[in-house]
Amino acid sequence: MADDSIAHLLRRAGFGASSDDLAIFNNLSYNQAVDRLLNYDSIPDDVDSKIGQVGFMGTTSNGAFSPNTVVNDARQRWLFRMVHTNRPLQEKMTLFWHNYFATGYTKVAGAGSQDGTRLMAAKQSEDPRGQRGQIEMLRANALGSLNNLLNLIATDPAMVIWLDGNTNTKNAPQENFGRELMELFSRGVGFYTEQDVYAAARVFTGWNLRITRGAADGDNTYSFIYNANQHETAPKTFSFPIYSDGSATIQTRSASAGQQDGLDLINALSRHPETARRVSQKLYDFFVSETIPAPPGFIDQLATVYLQNGSNIKPVLQTIFTSPYFTDPAVYYSRYSWPIEFVVKSIKETGWTGLSAQSALTPLVNMGQQLLEPPDVAGWDLGQSWFSTGKMLARMNFASTLASNQKLRLGTAAQPAKGSAQAVLNFMLSKLTPANASDMYGDLLAYTASGTWTGSDTQLQTRASGLAHLILGSAEYQLV
Amino acid sequence: MISRRQFVKNGAAAFTISFAAPAFLSDLARAQGAASRNLVVLALAGGNDGLSTLVPYTDPFYYSRRPTLAIPAGTVLQVGSDVNGKPLGLHPRLTGLRNVFNAGKLAFIQRVGYQNSSRSHFTGTDIWSVGEPPASQGSGWLGRYLSTLGPLDPLAAWTTTGDTPHSMLASGVGVAAVSNVNSFAFSSPNSGTEAALERTYATAIASHVPVNVPHLSFVASTVQGAMQTLDRVATVGTYAPSVTYPNTGLGSALRMVAGAMAKSIGTKVFFVQTGGFDTHASQDTNGTNGAYYRLMATLDDGLSAFYNDLRNQNLINDTLVLTFSEFGRRISENGSAGTDHGAASVMMAMGGLARGGIYGTSADLNPNGNPTLENASGDVTYENDFRSCYARVIDNWLGGDSVSLLGGNFKKPSLNFV
Repeated sequence: MADDSIAHLLRRAGFGASSDDLAIFNNLSYNQAVDRLLNYDSIPDDVDSKIGQVGFMGTTSNGAFSPNTVVNDARQRWLFRMVHTNRPLQEKMTLFWHNYFATGYTKVAGAGSQDGTRLMAAKQSEDPRGQRGQIEMLRANALGSLNNLLNLIATDPAMVIWLDGNTNTKNAPQENFGRELMELFSRGVGFYTEQDVYAAARVFTGWNLRITRGAADGDNTYSFIYNANQHETAPKTFSFPIYSDGSATIQTRSASAGQQDGLDLINALSRHPETARRVSQKLYDFFVSETIPAPPGFIDQLATVYLQNGSNIKPVLQTIFTSPYFTDPAVYYSRYSWPIEFVVKSIKETGWTGLSAQSALTPLVNMGQQLLEPPDVAGWDLGQSWFSTGKMLARMNFASTLASNQKLRLGTAAQPAKGSAQAVLNFMLSKLTPANASDMYGDLLAYTASGTWTGSDTQLQTRASGLAHLILGSAEYQLV
Repeated sequence: MISRRQFVKNGAAAFTISFAAPAFLSDLARAQGAASRNLVVLALAGGNDGLSTLVPYTDPFYYSRRPTLAIPAGTVLQVGSDVNGKPLGLHPRLTGLRNVFNAGKLAFIQRVGYQNSSRSHFTGTDIWSVGEPPASQGSGWLGRYLSTLGPLDPLAAWTTTGDTPHSMLASGVGVAAVSNVNSFAFSSPNSGTEAALERTYATAIASHVPVNVPHLSFVASTVQGAMQTLDRVATVGTYAPSVTYPNTGLGSALRMVAGAMAKSIGTKVFFVQTGGFDTHASQDTNGTNGAYYRLMATLDDGLSAFYNDLRNQNLINDTLVLTFSEFGRRISENGSAGTDHGAASVMMAMGGLARGGIYGTSADLNPNGNPTLENASGDVTYENDFRSCYARVIDNWLGGDSVSLLGGNFKKPSLNFV
């Protein structure tokens, strides 16, 4: 087991710790661990090359594994990365941005399932036409500046389809992207007016999509295009400043230069204190706690770091992870795990040999978090919303599926503890990390010792897998 | 002030009594079978374009402002007119619901909304859920109603969505979220007595609810709720409906709701959702494969199957369906042959004891600043506060007290749709 503070760090900045992770992090101090997580550029990004290799979680496909064109394969690849990556913070922040810029595959795939998958998840280096999926864009810029991310997302083909930018024209401005840009991607509700929405819609007139048709679904090329003919050039006035001199109006410029309108608006939004505080609050909720409010001044402190560093996220995270509020044991296990966090942590701690990533896909739907398919542009409902009876039962049933899959291996691993029921229980609790095992310890022991204890192979397999099911399915395990 | 509510059993009017004596009344209501009454709230997520659901097919501005989206007068399903004599028609795909309307069991309430309508999906949904505009945070109106019922059975509130809807959230109110009864079961890596042993201990472990750690106790209560409801929910899986439900998410959800009613699970409020109403682009109201046309097909096929099934099962008089959407849509279509976020829209109320008909008046779509429009004549402005619709349902269907639940008196006698 890792040092408590590092275990906490790995639950938040990653997805918990597997035995492989512990082998690395047990040798690091807390600050070294933070450095390793944040400065992942120095660690090879080779996780995808391990797919299909012995010793790693498997995948299951209908035909050849094709994560750039088949959406369920893309989901398996991402799950594989979360389990096996040596850059856990990169995957964690990619997940954060996926929820922040929540884009749903189904609408994007209106033109075709292969194209939809490419637009969401294709690796540029593997796509014959060099298409880069939105998730890959987010992953490549996971710790970058919000300003840059906003520019990339505004021109991301999947986003242009998702929020109807492809039909935003001069004669009939389309409000969808402009509204969500202010409501969800920057300032937040209450910090813009309806007039701002109409102005923002006009700003982005002509921010359309160019589709170069190929032979069939999977062969088309999608790129952002600024269509000057469809740009509305009249001045646009906002209720907040756009320029550093306080001016709130984007003045008329020629249609050919009109793309600058959008760049000016994004630049302004990313520098607003309202945006800084909103992003800081979301990062606090995600990394520190959603049940314990931020201490007075902490959000402002993070917002200041954000603003002083040109909206760069990495210094904000550095401030969070090295803050005494983060390392305070009171915030350990004070977040409701997202379903994907629960699944990945369960797999990392229980084992993956002989397990296919596919076996988690339907359970994740039942738990309420299908990757690449957030319910709407506001992302998933977080916190308590993850825990209805139906979704909790889906977690318990995934725990059962995983325990069943690992039954033989758990029985074998528990061999050294076969002398007593208590030793087997203690062995399982050395692998699996619920928030607190003390309240349920008596029940778990009574379960393990039920009947006559023989320590036979069959009994070890039965009770070790039963314990994995009960522990992973307990309320205590759902907190991270 | 005297309001009147009617208790009816098995379709025959028993008697009516005055609003006074609430304790006596609620006992009486139970004796008369009102305890089996249920409410099904159906969310049309995304912002339903009410003008395409209930069409003002003689308004010239409806046609001039919607050159591609307007539904030709010849194809609407005529349902009469509002009190001002303005003719109205249903979307041509709502043939099943037109039959329910003709049977007098379906009400349309026009121009429902609130002042300063939010154009945000999320804030709008929250406002409709809380029921105290402009508040978007706090308990939900259904949750507050449920919390007045005393200690609640874990199946008193059932959402067929994965998430507990905001409208059902309230302190102490647990909501069963069962989107698929067949997956609502306890599985095990082992079998036989070993599986049963795990179930016993899973229940025992969940019984430790650490009250000093609220977030942990919340999850533990959820596990408890799941364990307590497994067996009853399983009975719903054996339900044999009297009609064939459409193979849609809405159809499956309503089939399950009917099953829960038929198996006397005891649920008082159901929440069902169907999405796709955020029709910014290619809304296509007229083509049989058009986006809005298909939305209406889903709605019509699902609701009419539900109505017919419950009617056949003799349950329709215990049931009221109330639809809502977070906002209506802009009157003029946009350049993408779609419509952007608007303001007031139409609500529907359907049930064996609903008073079918057209409630409220239609907007005058002439963009000359007339008072039925807002936002520079861009949007339909509300005539009926949505809380008045809630109040009617609370007072006259659920037997609750709308004044305390909604924080004010929003009763509107003309909205006597139930």
